[in-house]
Amino acid sequence: MGVVHGQEMVLNIGPQHPSTHGVLRLQVKTDGEIISEIKPFIGYLHRCFEKHCENVTYEQVIPFTDRCDYLASMANNFGYVVAMEELMEIKVPERVEYIRVIMAELQRIASHLLALGTFGLDVGAFTPFLYMFRDRERILDMFEMTCGARLLYNYMWVGGLSHDLPIGFVESAFRFLDYFEPKIEEYNNILTYNKIFIERTADVGVMPADVAISYGVSGPNLRGSGVKWDIRKDEPYSIYDRFDFDVPVGIGEKGNLGDCWDRFNVRLTEMGESIKILRQALTQIPKNGDVHQTIPKKIRPPKGSIYKRTETPRGDLGFYIISDGSPIPNRLKMRSPAFTALSVLDEIGRGWMLSDVIAILGSLDIVLGEIDR
Amino acid sequence: MDLLGFIIILVKVLVVFAATMLTVLVMIYLERRVSAFMQGRLGPNRVGPQGLLQPIADGIKFMMKEDIVPAGADKPIFILAPAILLIPALMTFAVIPFGSDITLFGRQIPLQVADVNVGILYVLALTSIGVYGIVLAGWSSNSKYSLLGGLRSSAQLISYELAMGLAVVSIILLSGSLKLNDIVADQQGYLFSWNVFKQPLAFIIFLVAVYAETNRLPFDLSEAEQELVGGYHTEYSSIKFAMFFMAEYANMITAAALTVTLFFGGWDFPLVDESSLGILGTVLSVCSFILKMGFFLFLFIWVRWTFPRFRYDQLMKLGWKVMLPLALFNIFITAGYLTVRALV
Repeated sequence: MGVVHGQEMVLNIGPQHPSTHGVLRLQVKTDGEIISEIKPFIGYLHRCFEKHCENVTYEQVIPFTDRCDYLASMANNFGYVVAMEELMEIKVPERVEYIRVIMAELQRIASHLLALGTFGLDVGAFTPFLYMFRDRERILDMFEMTCGARLLYNYMWVGGLSHDLPIGFVESAFRFLDYFEPKIEEYNNILTYNKIFIERTADVGVMPADVAISYGVSGPNLRGSGVKWDIRKDEPYSIYDRFDFDVPVGIGEKGNLGDCWDRFNVRLTEMGESIKILRQALTQIPKNGDVHQTIPKKIRPPKGSIYKRTETPRGDLGFYIISDGSPIPNRLKMRSPAFTALSVLDEIGRGWMLSDVIAILGSLDIVLGEIDR
Repeated sequence: MDLLGFIIILVKVLVVFAATMLTVLVMIYLERRVSAFMQGRLGPNRVGPQGLLQPIADGIKFMMKEDIVPAGADKPIFILAPAILLIPALMTFAVIPFGSDITLFGRQIPLQVADVNVGILYVLALTSIGVYGIVLAGWSSNSKYSLLGGLRSSAQLISYELAMGLAVVSIILLSGSLKLNDIVADQQGYLFSWNVFKQPLAFIIFLVAVYAETNRLPFDLSEAEQELVGGYHTEYSSIKFAMFFMAEYANMITAAALTVTLFFGGWDFPLVDESSLGILGTVLSVCSFILKMGFFLFLFIWVRWTFPRFRYDQLMKLGWKVMLPLALFNIFITAGYLTVRALV
C-alpha cells in the first residue's frame, strides 16, 4: 500500500511566534500535522556586525561580540580576546586567566539554564522555566557585582580585564555553587525524568553522529549525538588543561542516540561539570595580580591572520581575524555554532509532527543574535 | 407548577449561575496566584487587597479591547463559536446536586436545579457540544493555526470521550440509575462507600479524561501556545476571547463538581446523616461539597503548572490503547461482580 498524501499546506512559523527563540521565520510544508519540509529564513536580527568590525578599532570590537550571542556574552568576549592575544603573542597574568575561566563557566551555566528552561517551555512545561530563571538570576547578580552589567558585559579585554574581581566575589561564588548543586536534582525530578517529557523528547529528532559532523554541528548538540568533542579538552585554550572535568556525551539512555532527550541531558550534565571546574578555579585562583598589567596601550597586531576557536555554551565559536598592521581589523569573521545547528533542522526535523519540530528547534538551542550577527 | 415552585426554581437557577460565575472569577485569580507561589513569584497583588480584584480589572480590560474579526472569517460562526463553548459549560451544572434537601416554607427543596432522570447522559451530551465551539472557532477564523487547533480538539474528543463514558458506565452499574441524585444517595454512609474506593480504576480513567475534556495541561493541545500560538482562539480578541477564557474555567468547575458527585460522594460528609440534622445538615453538606470541589479545582491548577504537554498522537494512543481497554476491563469486572452478587 502506498502512503496517502493529503493536500500540503504552507505554514509560516514566525518571525513573531512564541517559540522561535528570537526572530526566526520557519516556512514549513505540512500535511495535516506532519511536516514535510522546513525552510528557515534568517536575517531578521541582522545588524552587520562583521562589517562594523572592519571600521572600528580592535578594542571596539568587543561590545559587538557581546551582542552576538547575547545569552553567552562572556564566552564570546573570551573567544575574541583569546584569538587576539594569540595573534599579538600576549601572555596574560595567571589571575586574569582564572577569572576568565570562572566567568566563562558561570556563563555556561547561565546559558544552559536558559536553554533547558526554554526547551521545557517548548514542550509545555512552564514551571521549570521559571525555576531555572530564578537560579540564572543569581549568576547575573554576580556578573553585575563584577562589571556592572547583567547581559552585555564588555568585561574581557585584549590583554586583561576591565575590572578585577570585587571583594567577596569568591565567597559569593562558592555560596552560589553550594546552593545550585542540589538544584540539578530538582530539575531532574521536575523535568528530565518526567514520563511525559521523556515521551515528548526521546526518539524525537534523532541526529546521528555522521549527520551532525557533516553539517558541522558542534557543542552540546554534537555531544548529544555521542561524539566526544569539546575544544576545552581537545584543543585546550587559556588554562583549561589544568582542570579535571569530564565531557558528557549522549548515550541514548531513553531512546536512540542523538535524540532531543540526549541533547537536553548533555546540557544538564554539563552544568555539573562546570561546577567542578568552578570549584577548582575558585580554589586555585592567585590572590594577587594586576588585571590591567598586560593590556597594550595601543592594539596594533602584526600583519597576518588567525583562526581561533573556543567552546562557548553553544559550541565551537571561531574567530577569523585578518590584520593588515593597522589598529582596525581588515576582516573579521565569526563562525557561529548556532548557525550550523539551525542548518541541520530540516534534515532532522522532516517527517515529524509540528509539536516535534518545535521541540527539536528548542533542543538545538539557537540564538538568533549569533546566527544573524 | 405553582408560583412558589416556579420562584424557587428561578432562585436556584440564579444562585447556581452566580455561584459558577463567581467561582470562575475566583479561579482566574487563584490560578495566577497559586502558580506564582509554585514558581517563586508573587503574582498579581496590586489591584485590591492581595490582588483580589484582579479578575474584575481583567474583565474590564477585555471589554475595552477592540473587537477584531479577521478578514475572510466566517462572521456568523466566528461570533457564535464562543457562545457554543460557554453556554453548555454553564448549563452542565444544572443537574449536579450540591447539597442535601432543605425544608423551607413547609416544602422539601432539593439543592439541585433540575433532577433529570438521565442526568449523566445530559452531562455527557452537553460537554460534547462544547467541542463544537472549539472546532467552529478554529475553522471560522480563517487562520492556519486556529484550524490546526480546532482539528486537534476534535481528534482529542473522540479519543477520550469513549473512555470517559465507559468509566461512568461502571458507576451507573453500581448505582443502578442515571440520576445523579441516586448516585450520590448510593454513596452515603461511611467513608468507604464512596465510589472512589469501589471503583479506583474508573476514577483514574475519569480524572485523566476530564483533564482532556477541559483542555487543560497536559492535554491542552488545541491551544498549545508554543506550537499553535493560541490554537483555536488565536484570532479572537476582546470579550469573545474572554468568553473562551471563562468557558475553560466553567468547564473546570463542572468537571470538578462531576468528579466529586460521581466518585467522592457528592455532598456527602462521611459518617454523618445530613437529613436528620435539618438546616445544619444542609450547610454541612454544601460546605463538604465546596471543599471537595475546591480540592479538585486546586488539582487542576497544580497539574497544569507541573507537567509538560502530550503530543496529540500520544493522547490518542493513550485514549484508544490504554484507557479504553482499561475501562472495558473495569466494566467487565464490575458487571461480573454484580452478577455474582445477585446470584449468591
